[in-house]
Amino acid sequence: MTIQFNDETFRDDYSFKNSEWAINRFPFPFHEDSYMYSVNMEQHRGGPKESIFEKRFDVDEHYVSEMRDRAMVLADDPLRCQSLPHMTLAGWDLLELIMVSKSEDYPDLFELHRDKDNWRWVNKPLGIDDSFVFLDETTLPYGPMEYITRQAQGDFCVLDQREENLWMDAGMITTQADWSLDFDIGMNFFEWHAPVPKAHELGIFTRALKFLLNVQQGAPARRLNWTMTVNPLLDTSPENYHKWGIQKTSLTPENLGSKQHLRVELQTFFRLPRSNALVFPIRCYLCSFQDLMTRPKWGRRLHRVIRDLPEELATYKGFIDNRPMMLDYLSQFDDGLPTSPGVFADLDTEPALQK
Amino acid sequence: MSAAPQKTKPGAEKIAVTVAAVVRVNDLMTRFEFKRRDGQLFPPFSGGAHTVVEMKDGEKTRLNPYSLMSSPGDLSTYAITVRRDDIGRGGSLFMHRNVQQGDDMTITYPVNLFSLDLRAKKHVFLAGGIGITPFLAMIHQMEQSNGNWELHYSVKTKSLGSYVDDLTQMYPNKVKIYIDDQSQAIDLKGLLDGQPLGTHAYVCGPKGMINWVHATASAQGWPTECVHSEEFLAPAPGEPFQVRLCKSDIVITVGEQESLLEAIERCGVEAPFLCRGGSCGQCETDVVSADGEFVHRDHWLDDEEHASGKKIMPCVSRFIGTSLELDR
Amino acid sequence: MSKFEFPPSIKSRPTYGTLEPRNGTAHLFIADAQGAQAVIDVCQKDPSIAKFAHIIFIPKGEDELAEDLAELGAAQLYVGPTYEAAISRIRHVLRDAKMGLQIYLAGSEGLMGQAQNEAVNAGYPHTAIQSEHRGSTARRMQCVHCKGITEDVETDPFVCAHCGLNLFVRDHYSRRLAAFQGVCIDAEDHGNVPEQKGIYE
Repeated sequence: MTIQFNDETFRDDYSFKNSEWAINRFPFPFHEDSYMYSVNMEQHRGGPKESIFEKRFDVDEHYVSEMRDRAMVLADDPLRCQSLPHMTLAGWDLLELIMVSKSEDYPDLFELHRDKDNWRWVNKPLGIDDSFVFLDETTLPYGPMEYITRQAQGDFCVLDQREENLWMDAGMITTQADWSLDFDIGMNFFEWHAPVPKAHELGIFTRALKFLLNVQQGAPARRLNWTMTVNPLLDTSPENYHKWGIQKTSLTPENLGSKQHLRVELQTFFRLPRSNALVFPIRCYLCSFQDLMTRPKWGRRLHRVIRDLPEELATYKGFIDNRPMMLDYLSQFDDGLPTSPGVFADLDTEPALQK
Repeated sequence: MSAAPQKTKPGAEKIAVTVAAVVRVNDLMTRFEFKRRDGQLFPPFSGGAHTVVEMKDGEKTRLNPYSLMSSPGDLSTYAITVRRDDIGRGGSLFMHRNVQQGDDMTITYPVNLFSLDLRAKKHVFLAGGIGITPFLAMIHQMEQSNGNWELHYSVKTKSLGSYVDDLTQMYPNKVKIYIDDQSQAIDLKGLLDGQPLGTHAYVCGPKGMINWVHATASAQGWPTECVHSEEFLAPAPGEPFQVRLCKSDIVITVGEQESLLEAIERCGVEAPFLCRGGSCGQCETDVVSADGEFVHRDHWLDDEEHASGKKIMPCVSRFIGTSLELDR
Repeated sequence: MSKFEFPPSIKSRPTYGTLEPRNGTAHLFIADAQGAQAVIDVCQKDPSIAKFAHIIFIPKGEDELAEDLAELGAAQLYVGPTYEAAISRIRHVLRDAKMGLQIYLAGSEGLMGQAQNEAVNAGYPHTAIQSEHRGSTARRMQCVHCKGITEDVETDPFVCAHCGLNLFVRDHYSRRLAAFQGVCIDAEDHGNVPEQKGIYE
């Protein structure tokens, strides 16, 4: 399949745009008209054709521009990519996983040639053609985790599994929803989730951890998470919060449709074989409210979810101050009609807006 | 969430293999080497991992976990070594008597419940008898990455010491052998005393040896986080008992020689599992009601959970009483 | 002197206990100021420890407690002017240490956090290190923006000693940095900085 790669920015002039294809496959995360935390894990073994669930590591029209934005973030702040010394083997595992998956899933974009430990990797969209020796760090320009994640969309947390827990001991984090790798590296599953309200008392993390500890080779899993961002800004890091925070106050009723974005994370979980570590890719998809409203069911549902979301969650997700303005906008697209269960837009069966 | 969420199948992913070699190691131990039927390389794995081997014994299907002893650097072959247990449930006997070179079998992707702590400054391996198998893979892995390790291997007799000659020849400075019938014993206190800060100890062998290592290390002030062990519990037999599976709405009888999990499977109910040896937690089952005593044999539930009577691990635990209802 | 009761908080916020004597072949104590009293207490619980004890103490004005420590009869006692001055000694001791060493930390959060890091870097699991809080409740704070650490923070908000931003105090704590997280308080409304209050007010 041919993908037309956009030339766009996720900062400054924000020229980011989703094509119709991208909007169609956008992972709207709400399967009902309200939202509460759940473990909501499922197997990551394909999905509907052309959906974001189909391939192991989804590549879309934003690929080249996202990787350019990542390189800029790293040039400015190298601490966004760190690997504690014992995690290098896990980095090689991740490199192998991504190279094998992408070369198999997108053979016209990526090639992997292997002759025992002598590998050659071709990345056509980014113009890369590198030969190296597997497991020999001296033959790559960066550590293996950094090397391959500079070529893969989304953030990557590489978790060491010990003492019946998971430890965030390595990561490439440049598109995060407001958390710091430099601060959190070395923490365990409960510690790095410490700031999340309500979820601990619900036992969400205990159940999720038990599931993740038992994710095995060849049997990856996935779930969705979501938040809100003003402007299609990928780098919503705490490190730069003192620069981007002010953008939240730039919303007006006139620009809200184009500036307010729903930010959905496709979180996947793969067991890494040689290190027994777990990799946790967090793939970020953005869609403006005005694009979402072109799908009537999503318009109805998003209004209801945001309206009824507990205050603590809206605060934690950073949009409590803008919620009234968001609801004013969204209510225009909610005619009170029932919505079908499930996340898909169901354009064939869901009626157009009756207002 | 997505249009086609798949239900998790119990157990790890399977691989179709052919038995490439059956090698008698000594009177009690036999090595089985596997190659993939599709000719591909096996999945990579980490030292300490095991595979679950499916044995079709007439009407009965057995599933036994065995440590992978082959090198993680050579993925053309997976190898296991099985100790023959004449009075056990028959799994090892089946392997020794029925499995021949050329046979087709099914094994699983590797699962690791006994992995190296790669932060350790030094690894001390303590093996007893058949417990040597996971260390063979770990040693290959350590050698590939220039790790700092030593092995202390206790065997009953010279002739029953599997791979002793290979190990002492390849690693003369890192391997010490202790032969029981020559009254050689590991001086555990002396060995543990004097290890540099940051050393981790790993033990695999009979239950008594494992308990001894944990107790000795603890008494000498070793943090428990630095002592690792693996013990595959074979489900012990017991008096038959009846169980009502509420969700499936059937009553089953667990036979003397089969585990509760095996009985559930035999009756056509799919129950989650992974290691089948009481360690991983996957088969944890809620008790709806019980009138009797639980015989808990797992390493997963804590003391409170064992006492509560609200949970059971069917892969290894049993029940004695008049009635038991489970949420399956 | 009663111990400060930390209010219940999030899962990353460290909690402290009471030092107890443990089986071991050697015992390392690192403490500052009023932490000395916790060291004295545990050595009194088991006087046999002292023979195998190495005590590293930063008085921060508590000179009487230094004298009390001297009376314990520890195998080694170091009384130093600052934690920074003691670091090379601490690293040397840990480098030469053997398994069987028990580690006890007492005093301010900042001292305990940093000493714990030295032990973890030397290969000791953090969950096996005992810690008891005594004395100051001032925090080491890392500015998430410039990465600089501001010591002895007692108010919320506070000014980053490196880049000058106004930061609010979070309970989110990094063991690796031995510091709590400070985040810009007026990012969404420049100049709107609330009045400073005590962190535990």
